[in-house]
Amino acid sequence: MLISVYIPFVVTTVLTVLAPRMARRLTPRPAAWALACAALVTAAGWAGSLALLAFTGIAQIPQVAAEGHWSAAAVRAQDPVYVTVAVAGALVLAVGVGNLSVAAFRQVRQIVRFRKECAELPGDTELSVLDDDAPLAFALPGAPGRIVVSRGMLRRLGNEERAALLAHERAHLRGRHYLFLGLWQLTAALNPLLRPLAKAGAFALERWADEEAAVRVGDRAVVARAVGRAALASAGAGSPGVLAATGGEVPQRVRALLAPPPARRSLPFAAGALLLAVCCASLANAASDSDELVDSAKRVRCAELLGATAAQPTAAPRPASAFHCGPHHGEHRS
Amino acid sequence: MNGPKREEPAGSGRRARGALESDVLAALWAADGPLTARQVMERLPGELAYTTVLTILSRLHDKAMLVRQREGRGYAYAPVRDEASHTARRMRSVLEEGSDREAVLARFVSELSAQDEELLQQLLSGHDVGDVGDAGGERFDGGR
Repeated sequence: MLISVYIPFVVTTVLTVLAPRMARRLTPRPAAWALACAALVTAAGWAGSLALLAFTGIAQIPQVAAEGHWSAAAVRAQDPVYVTVAVAGALVLAVGVGNLSVAAFRQVRQIVRFRKECAELPGDTELSVLDDDAPLAFALPGAPGRIVVSRGMLRRLGNEERAALLAHERAHLRGRHYLFLGLWQLTAALNPLLRPLAKAGAFALERWADEEAAVRVGDRAVVARAVGRAALASAGAGSPGVLAATGGEVPQRVRALLAPPPARRSLPFAAGALLLAVCCASLANAASDSDELVDSAKRVRCAELLGATAAQPTAAPRPASAFHCGPHHGEHRS
Repeated sequence: MNGPKREEPAGSGRRARGALESDVLAALWAADGPLTARQVMERLPGELAYTTVLTILSRLHDKAMLVRQREGRGYAYAPVRDEASHTARRMRSVLEEGSDREAVLARFVSELSAQDEELLQQLLSGHDVGDVGDAGGERFDGGR
């Protein structure tokens, strides 16, 4: 408990620094999956550790101890977690869960609004064209989902590039990339440290769709040109001010497409998997330690009660609270 | 794992047919005026049968997504325009109001900084020379 409860924080920090850098050099599809696993596991580890820290603080409150039939003094004596740390953990967790709810609500609202807009578009085809001169292209999530492209975008691309654009968006829909995006955004809402992971993940999805489009079209350079032209067109017509933060992604995609496909590597994935396994194991360890702590505090409470009844002259058969005594979960503390 | 490199033959399942519809629709929207089936065929990637294109065009016409006019012995098709609708503008405003961190949609391209724009021009100009059609593998040596 002393160390293991903090290990998920360390793993989160290490992954959030290293994983985005590694992911850019790996084959995008497995990289996206790895980033999704990393986000899910570290978010769970983060929340779990915070919850355990918060719990050890709450367990020291006398009323809670009385309700759970354990000795608050024993918890306080054995517990290596400071109350301030426990309170901070509880606060961070509460804020994180609050942010998560807000993010989830906004995501759902955004998708609902888009679906409503798209329901007004004519036809039931996979492709839905907006009669608008501004260049615009995206994949609308759903089953089966729709590709939404503006007339302006289509007119700026050549015949082959148009096919590349459609193949790219189709890859987003077929791969259910919106689920990945949603997962990353929710985990980043819970734990802001995971934001770089979410950003790297979004980039990996674009690369994944680019690579799939390149296979479909049969020519990497065509996809590179499609991405480049679309971006340049959007830059001319786009709205200034909102952006700037995402800079650098499009040139990276184009450069990656002009280079040969990235080589398959397994070592970074193995290292990441190991880190996640360590995260899970230490959380489990901390949880079982915390469980043991409560058990031992319960035994202390029992001993106190038994001591108190033994000291009384009129020896009652057995106090009711002694019913809760004895080893729990078959565990013993040496 | 990844399917055929070129377009799947027509009729190889629902998805392929939907994809062909998209290709045809995209070609018509990108064009300056109405196109005949043969002109559409020329603008589609891969080898598609003329009859396949005709079938798709007439199906899209049946769905009221295309208008057609007589041209020679056949028809020339154009997309049904929707200029009066404000869907596009509203869609764009929904896109822009969500911040980057909240966006649930994968957009084809993210925004460019001035630097990116320059870099991109350079990258593309190095590969734009020659014909668009068949860029061979030997072009891929300068990336690193």
